[in-house]
Amino acid sequence: MYTFIFAFLVGGAICAIGQLLMDVGKLTPAHTLSTLVVAGAILDGFGLYEPLIDFAGAGATVPITSFGNSLTHGALAEAEKHGLVGVVTGMFEVTSSGISAAIIFGFIAALIFHSKGKVN
Amino acid sequence: MKESQYETIEQQMTPTPPYVVNVLKAFLIGGLICVIGQAISFFYMIFFDFTEKTVGNPTVATIIFISMILTGLGLYTRLGQFAGAGSAVPVTGFGNAVVSAAIEHRTEGYVLGVGSNMFKLAGSVIVFGTVSAFVVALVKTVLVMLGVVTW
Repeated sequence: MYTFIFAFLVGGAICAIGQLLMDVGKLTPAHTLSTLVVAGAILDGFGLYEPLIDFAGAGATVPITSFGNSLTHGALAEAEKHGLVGVVTGMFEVTSSGISAAIIFGFIAALIFHSKGKVN
Repeated sequence: MKESQYETIEQQMTPTPPYVVNVLKAFLIGGLICVIGQAISFFYMIFFDFTEKTVGNPTVATIIFISMILTGLGLYTRLGQFAGAGSAVPVTGFGNAVVSAAIEHRTEGYVLGVGSNMFKLAGSVIVFGTVSAFVVALVKTVLVMLGVVTW
Protein backbone atom coordinates (compact mmCIF):
# COMPACT_ATOMS: atom_id res chain seq x y z
CA MET A 1 0.00 0.00 0.00
CA TYR A 2 2.84 2.34 0.87
CA THR A 3 4.20 1.80 -2.63
CA PHE A 4 1.13 3.57 -4.03
CA ILE A 5 1.64 6.55 -1.73
CA PHE A 6 5.33 6.84 -2.59
CA ALA A 7 4.54 6.40 -6.30
CA PHE A 8 2.05 9.25 -6.03
CA LEU A 9 4.40 11.54 -4.12
CA VAL A 10 7.53 10.96 -6.20
CA GLY A 11 5.72 10.88 -9.55
CA GLY A 12 3.80 14.00 -8.63
CA ALA A 13 6.98 15.73 -7.50
CA ILE A 14 8.75 15.02 -10.80
CA CYS A 15 5.74 16.44 -12.69
CA ALA A 16 5.75 19.48 -10.39
CA ILE A 17 9.42 20.06 -11.27
CA GLY A 18 8.43 19.85 -14.94
CA GLN A 19 5.65 22.40 -14.39
CA LEU A 20 8.09 24.76 -12.67
CA LEU A 21 10.53 24.44 -15.58
CA MET A 22 7.69 25.38 -17.93
CA ASP A 23 6.19 28.24 -15.88
CA VAL A 24 9.15 29.75 -14.08
CA GLY A 25 11.91 28.69 -16.45
CA LYS A 26 9.78 29.62 -19.51
CA LEU A 27 10.79 26.42 -21.31
CA THR A 28 8.68 24.86 -24.05
CA PRO A 29 7.29 21.38 -23.28
CA ALA A 30 9.88 19.85 -25.63
CA HIS A 31 12.73 21.59 -23.79
CA THR A 32 11.27 20.55 -20.44
CA LEU A 33 11.01 16.89 -21.41
CA SER A 34 14.52 16.90 -22.92
CA THR A 35 15.89 18.45 -19.73
CA LEU A 36 14.20 15.79 -17.60
CA VAL A 37 15.49 12.97 -19.80
CA VAL A 38 19.05 14.33 -19.56
CA ALA A 39 18.59 14.65 -15.78
CA GLY A 40 17.50 11.00 -15.59
CA ALA A 41 20.53 9.88 -17.59
CA ILE A 42 22.93 11.83 -15.37
CA LEU A 43 21.28 10.60 -12.15
CA ASP A 44 21.78 7.01 -13.29
CA GLY A 45 25.43 7.78 -14.05
CA PHE A 46 25.82 8.52 -10.33
CA GLY A 47 23.80 5.42 -9.47
CA LEU A 48 21.03 7.48 -7.90
CA TYR A 49 18.04 6.50 -10.05
CA GLU A 50 17.83 2.80 -9.14
CA PRO A 51 17.36 3.56 -5.42
CA LEU A 52 14.54 5.92 -6.41
CA ILE A 53 12.84 3.10 -8.36
CA ASP A 54 13.25 0.76 -5.37
CA PHE A 55 11.64 3.40 -3.21
CA ALA A 56 8.85 4.74 -5.44
CA GLY A 57 8.19 2.01 -8.04
CA ALA A 58 6.07 3.41 -10.86
CA GLY A 59 6.54 6.89 -9.40
CA ALA A 60 10.04 6.68 -10.81
CA THR A 61 9.52 4.41 -13.85
CA VAL A 62 6.52 6.22 -15.37
CA PRO A 63 7.88 9.80 -15.66
CA ILE A 64 10.05 10.46 -18.70
CA THR A 65 13.18 10.72 -16.52
CA SER A 66 13.17 6.92 -16.40
CA PHE A 67 13.76 6.90 -20.17
CA GLY A 68 17.12 8.61 -19.68
CA ASN A 69 17.81 6.28 -16.79
CA SER A 70 17.13 3.10 -18.74
CA LEU A 71 19.18 4.29 -21.73
CA THR A 72 22.19 4.86 -19.48
CA HIS A 73 21.45 1.67 -17.60
CA GLY A 74 21.45 -0.48 -20.72
CA ALA A 75 24.64 1.16 -21.97
CA LEU A 76 26.42 0.66 -18.64
CA ALA A 77 25.28 -2.96 -18.27
CA GLU A 78 26.75 -3.83 -21.69
CA ALA A 79 29.85 -1.72 -21.07
CA GLU A 80 30.47 -3.75 -17.92
CA LYS A 81 30.58 -6.91 -20.03
CA HIS A 82 32.14 -5.76 -23.31
CA GLY A 83 33.95 -2.52 -22.53
CA LEU A 84 33.59 0.63 -24.61
CA VAL A 85 31.74 -1.06 -27.49
CA GLY A 86 28.96 -1.93 -25.07
CA VAL A 87 28.16 1.75 -24.56
CA VAL A 88 26.69 1.84 -28.06
CA THR A 89 25.39 -1.72 -28.37
CA GLY A 90 23.60 -1.76 -25.02
CA MET A 91 21.97 1.65 -25.27
CA PHE A 92 18.43 0.52 -26.16
CA GLU A 93 18.57 -2.85 -24.45
CA VAL A 94 16.42 -1.89 -21.46
CA THR A 95 14.24 0.76 -23.02
CA SER A 96 13.14 -1.08 -26.15
CA SER A 97 9.54 -1.52 -25.00
CA GLY A 98 8.80 2.20 -24.67
CA ILE A 99 9.99 3.00 -28.17
CA SER A 100 8.53 -0.05 -29.88
CA ALA A 101 5.21 0.42 -28.09
CA ALA A 102 5.10 4.06 -29.16
CA ILE A 103 5.83 3.18 -32.81
CA ILE A 104 3.41 0.24 -32.98
CA PHE A 105 0.55 1.94 -31.17
CA GLY A 106 1.17 5.18 -33.01
CA PHE A 107 0.84 3.38 -36.32
CA ILE A 108 -2.26 1.50 -35.22
CA ALA A 109 -3.80 4.77 -34.04
CA ALA A 110 -3.16 6.32 -37.45
CA LEU A 111 -5.00 3.36 -39.01
CA ILE A 112 -7.99 3.57 -36.69
CA PHE A 113 -8.51 7.19 -35.71
CA HIS A 114 -9.16 10.25 -37.80
CA SER A 115 -7.78 13.67 -37.05
CA LYS A 116 -10.29 15.77 -35.16
CA GLY A 117 -9.02 18.82 -37.00
CA LYS A 118 -9.60 21.16 -34.10
CA VAL A 119 -8.72 21.31 -30.46
CA ASN A 120 -11.69 21.91 -28.20
CA MET B 1 9.67 52.57 -29.56
CA LYS B 2 12.89 51.67 -27.83
CA GLU B 3 13.70 48.08 -27.10
CA SER B 4 13.63 48.61 -23.33
CA GLN B 5 10.21 50.27 -23.56
CA TYR B 6 8.92 47.33 -25.53
CA GLU B 7 10.24 44.91 -22.94
CA THR B 8 8.53 46.80 -20.11
CA ILE B 9 5.21 46.78 -21.95
CA GLU B 10 5.63 43.12 -22.84
CA GLN B 11 6.24 42.23 -19.22
CA GLN B 12 3.17 44.19 -18.17
CA MET B 13 0.97 42.54 -20.78
CA THR B 14 2.11 38.93 -20.31
CA PRO B 15 -0.21 37.34 -17.76
CA THR B 16 1.61 35.77 -14.83
CA PRO B 17 0.81 32.06 -14.77
CA PRO B 18 -0.78 30.96 -11.48
CA TYR B 19 2.38 29.15 -10.36
CA VAL B 20 1.04 27.48 -7.24
CA VAL B 21 -2.20 26.26 -8.81
CA ASN B 22 -0.39 24.94 -11.89
CA VAL B 23 2.20 23.09 -9.82
CA LEU B 24 -0.52 21.56 -7.63
CA LYS B 25 -2.49 20.41 -10.68
CA ALA B 26 0.64 18.91 -12.24
CA PHE B 27 1.51 17.20 -8.96
CA LEU B 28 -1.98 15.76 -8.55
CA ILE B 29 -2.49 14.44 -12.10
CA GLY B 30 1.13 13.31 -12.48
CA GLY B 31 0.91 11.50 -9.17
CA LEU B 32 -2.37 9.83 -10.16
CA ILE B 33 -0.91 8.61 -13.47
CA CYS B 34 1.99 7.08 -11.53
CA VAL B 35 -0.45 5.40 -9.13
CA ILE B 36 -2.24 3.85 -12.13
CA GLY B 37 1.18 2.77 -13.39
CA GLN B 38 1.88 1.20 -10.02
CA ALA B 39 -1.39 -0.73 -10.19
CA ILE B 40 -0.45 -1.99 -13.67
CA SER B 41 2.98 -2.99 -12.31
CA PHE B 42 1.37 -5.05 -9.56
CA PHE B 43 -0.91 -6.66 -12.13
CA TYR B 44 2.13 -7.80 -14.17
CA MET B 45 4.00 -8.95 -11.06
CA ILE B 46 1.07 -11.03 -9.78
CA PHE B 47 -0.27 -12.55 -13.01
CA PHE B 48 2.88 -12.68 -15.12
CA ASP B 49 6.47 -13.59 -14.44
CA PHE B 50 7.85 -10.10 -13.85
CA THR B 51 9.96 -8.91 -10.96
CA GLU B 52 10.22 -5.44 -9.49
CA LYS B 53 13.33 -4.87 -11.63
CA THR B 54 11.79 -5.91 -14.95
CA VAL B 55 8.22 -4.73 -14.51
CA GLY B 56 8.96 -1.20 -15.78
CA ASN B 57 8.97 -2.34 -19.42
CA PRO B 58 5.47 -3.88 -19.72
CA THR B 59 4.09 -1.10 -17.53
CA VAL B 60 5.41 1.58 -19.87
CA ALA B 61 4.05 -0.25 -22.92
CA THR B 62 0.60 -0.61 -21.33
CA ILE B 63 0.51 3.04 -20.33
CA ILE B 64 1.43 4.08 -23.87
CA PHE B 65 -1.42 1.88 -25.12
CA ILE B 66 -3.87 3.64 -22.79
CA SER B 67 -2.61 7.02 -23.93
CA MET B 68 -3.13 5.92 -27.56
CA ILE B 69 -6.81 5.27 -26.85
CA LEU B 70 -7.22 8.56 -24.99
CA THR B 71 -5.40 10.49 -27.70
CA GLY B 72 -7.44 8.89 -30.47
CA LEU B 73 -10.68 9.79 -28.73
CA GLY B 74 -9.45 13.36 -28.30
CA LEU B 75 -9.54 13.16 -24.50
CA TYR B 76 -5.82 13.63 -23.86
CA THR B 77 -5.76 17.26 -25.02
CA ARG B 78 -8.39 18.11 -22.42
CA LEU B 79 -6.35 16.41 -19.72
CA GLY B 80 -3.30 18.31 -20.93
CA GLN B 81 -5.07 21.64 -20.76
CA PHE B 82 -5.89 20.99 -17.13
CA ALA B 83 -2.75 19.24 -15.93
CA GLY B 84 0.07 20.88 -17.90
CA ALA B 85 3.27 19.04 -17.07
CA GLY B 86 1.25 16.54 -15.03
CA SER B 87 0.19 14.85 -18.25
CA ALA B 88 3.29 15.70 -20.32
CA VAL B 89 6.04 14.41 -18.04
CA PRO B 90 4.76 10.83 -17.49
CA VAL B 91 5.44 8.48 -20.39
CA THR B 92 1.80 8.96 -21.40
CA GLY B 93 2.88 12.38 -22.68
CA PHE B 94 5.55 10.74 -24.82
CA GLY B 95 2.94 8.32 -26.18
CA ASN B 96 0.52 11.17 -26.78
CA ALA B 97 3.14 13.12 -28.75
CA VAL B 98 3.88 10.12 -31.02
CA VAL B 99 0.26 9.07 -31.49
CA SER B 100 -1.12 12.56 -32.13
CA ALA B 101 1.61 13.27 -34.71
CA ALA B 102 0.83 9.96 -36.41
CA ILE B 103 -2.90 10.68 -36.57
CA GLU B 104 -2.44 14.28 -37.62
CA HIS B 105 -0.22 13.51 -40.62
CA ARG B 106 -2.16 10.50 -41.84
CA THR B 107 -3.75 12.54 -44.63
CA GLU B 108 -0.28 12.97 -46.18
CA GLY B 109 0.00 9.21 -46.64
CA TYR B 110 1.43 6.38 -44.59
CA VAL B 111 5.05 6.69 -45.67
CA LEU B 112 5.51 10.43 -46.05
CA GLY B 113 2.89 11.40 -43.47
CA VAL B 114 2.74 8.86 -40.66
CA GLY B 115 6.19 7.37 -41.11
CA SER B 116 8.22 10.53 -41.32
CA ASN B 117 6.24 12.69 -38.88
CA MET B 118 5.62 10.23 -36.06
CA PHE B 119 8.61 11.41 -34.03
CA LYS B 120 8.28 15.05 -34.97
CA LEU B 121 7.46 16.04 -31.39
CA ALA B 122 8.90 13.13 -29.43
CA GLY B 123 12.14 12.92 -31.42
CA SER B 124 13.94 15.50 -29.31
CA VAL B 125 13.38 13.37 -26.23
CA ILE B 126 14.92 10.32 -27.90
CA VAL B 127 17.84 12.27 -29.37
CA PHE B 128 18.77 14.06 -26.17
CA GLY B 129 18.15 10.98 -24.06
CA THR B 130 20.41 8.88 -26.26
CA VAL B 131 23.18 11.47 -26.57
CA SER B 132 23.24 12.23 -22.84
CA ALA B 133 23.13 8.52 -21.96
CA PHE B 134 26.03 7.95 -24.37
CA VAL B 135 28.12 10.70 -22.77
CA VAL B 136 27.31 9.57 -19.23
CA ALA B 137 28.00 5.90 -19.97
CA LEU B 138 31.19 6.75 -21.86
CA VAL B 139 32.55 8.89 -19.02
CA LYS B 140 31.70 6.27 -16.44
CA THR B 141 33.20 3.41 -18.48
CA VAL B 142 36.44 5.34 -19.00
CA LEU B 143 36.56 6.22 -15.31
CA VAL B 144 36.08 2.56 -14.39
CA MET B 145 38.84 1.54 -16.82
CA LEU B 146 41.14 4.08 -15.22
CA GLY B 147 40.20 2.66 -11.84
CA VAL B 148 38.77 5.92 -10.52
CA VAL B 149 35.31 4.51 -9.75
CA THR B 150 33.76 1.04 -9.63
CA TRP B 151 30.55 -0.28 -11.23
